[in-house]
Amino acid sequence: MEKRIRVLVAKPGLDGHDRGAKVVARALRDAGFEVIYTGIRLTPEQIVAASVQEDVNVVALSLLSGAHNTLFPKVVEQLKEKGLNDILVIGGGVIPDADIPFLKEHGVAEVFTPGTPTTKIVDFIKENVK
Amino acid sequence: MDIVAGVLSGSRLALSRGITYVENEYDEAVDIMRKLYPHTGNAYVIGITGPPGAGKSTLTDKLAKEYRKQGKLVGIVAVDPTSPYTGGAILGDRIRMMDLTMDEGVFIRSMATRGSLGGLSQKTADVVKLMDAFGMDIIIIETVGVGQSEVDIVKTADTTMVVMVPGLGDDIQAIKAGILEIGDLFTINKADRDGVDKLNIELEMMLELNPKGVDWRPPINRTIAEKGEGVVEVVNSIEAHAAYLRESGELAVRRKDRLKSELFTMVNDRIVRYIAKQVLEAEGFEETLVNLQNRVIDPYTVVNKIVSDVLK
Ligand SMILES: Nc1nc2c(ncn2[C@@H]2O[C@H](COP(=O)(O)OP(=O)(O)O)[C@@H](O)[C@H]2O)c(=O)[nH]1
Ligand SMILES: [Mg+2]
Repeated sequence: MEKRIRVLVAKPGLDGHDRGAKVVARALRDAGFEVIYTGIRLTPEQIVAASVQEDVNVVALSLLSGAHNTLFPKVVEQLKEKGLNDILVIGGGVIPDADIPFLKEHGVAEVFTPGTPTTKIVDFIKENVK
Repeated sequence: MDIVAGVLSGSRLALSRGITYVENEYDEAVDIMRKLYPHTGNAYVIGITGPPGAGKSTLTDKLAKEYRKQGKLVGIVAVDPTSPYTGGAILGDRIRMMDLTMDEGVFIRSMATRGSLGGLSQKTADVVKLMDAFGMDIIIIETVGVGQSEVDIVKTADTTMVVMVPGLGDDIQAIKAGILEIGDLFTINKADRDGVDKLNIELEMMLELNPKGVDWRPPINRTIAEKGEGVVEVVNSIEAHAAYLRESGELAVRRKDRLKSELFTMVNDRIVRYIAKQVLEAEGFEETLVNLQNRVIDPYTVVNKIVSDVLK
């Protein structure tokens, strides 16, 4: 009846800047989503455990440190292991174009690089959420 | 997914999904709650409220860790306000509890108020029941203490703790009205800051002026939640209050009162919904509205007719 789209915004990896992630979190809230903001320096295991507890529809990962090729696929894989097959995983941050096909092959639905208007992220979620 | 069987057998995914059903008011939720009800009533429920930024989440994290040391299973419901403009929310309480995320003996759920103020306390009560049936020994509800709805939420709790911080100036006056009355215990957090003694005295005076019952005098503890200082004392105060409630028989009285008001809310909700449906979907309702607008008919007559039809 009162379904709301719930999005977990998380920063895996070691870099400590979450300005970008916060901007995205605010944009998603302004689009009417419930954003569970989990802060910085999370392990994939923590992100997955939080997703289980929060029953989110979307996991939005943000990363600046360059470890996306290992961390993003890990999150996708572990969500599946927990039986969370319907969660839409999206990624953002400093990610070279060349890496995007690899990430998509590994279950990341879309990658948003810096400068992407937040409305694009909102629209993508609305169109693809299960 | 069989949510009832899942919750009773310890599936975290089932618990999580069950909470979503309750939050979204899915039709199945009633049946799920009906079946789980016999398995509830075992958890001790603690409500934590206070102004934004007081350190409620940080303190919740530390309290939960203390209870985990005692081997207890802990459920946490963290409620944050929904933006009235966009309908969205940023739920950030988990940030302070990240260490607990991997602990299988803890389950944290963030909830937004979703504007349905009356409905929220009912939903929170159901989420608490889900965690209770799941087997949690202690359930902590964290809410921002600003309005009546939050006060209603903590009424779900057996013990309510109000968290305050020094240096808010006259804020204590503003907060006083609703919240001081519901505090079974008070915690002055950020005791590393100036103004702790002053706040303590103010609180004491206020409690003196508004004595709560006869036998229980709300204790005032001091904490530095960030460093975990004073947390054991808070747990001891909670235990003391729980013991007082049990020995005096007030726990049973409180829980019975709660059931009564919960039942009343549920009946009320159901009836209001039924009537709204009857009225809005009644044949000729659109025409009635037009007639009202054109002054062909008056609302008083319409109300009389609707009420007598519904009560028929
Ligand atoms: N100085 C000081 N800061 C604290 C203490 N406890 C919490 N904080 C900080 O206060 C801020 C708000 O804490 P939080 O737990 O989110 O408050 P809440 O809004 O009441 O849940 C955070 O930056 C905490 O690190 C404390 O005892 N002393
Ligand atoms: Mg908080």
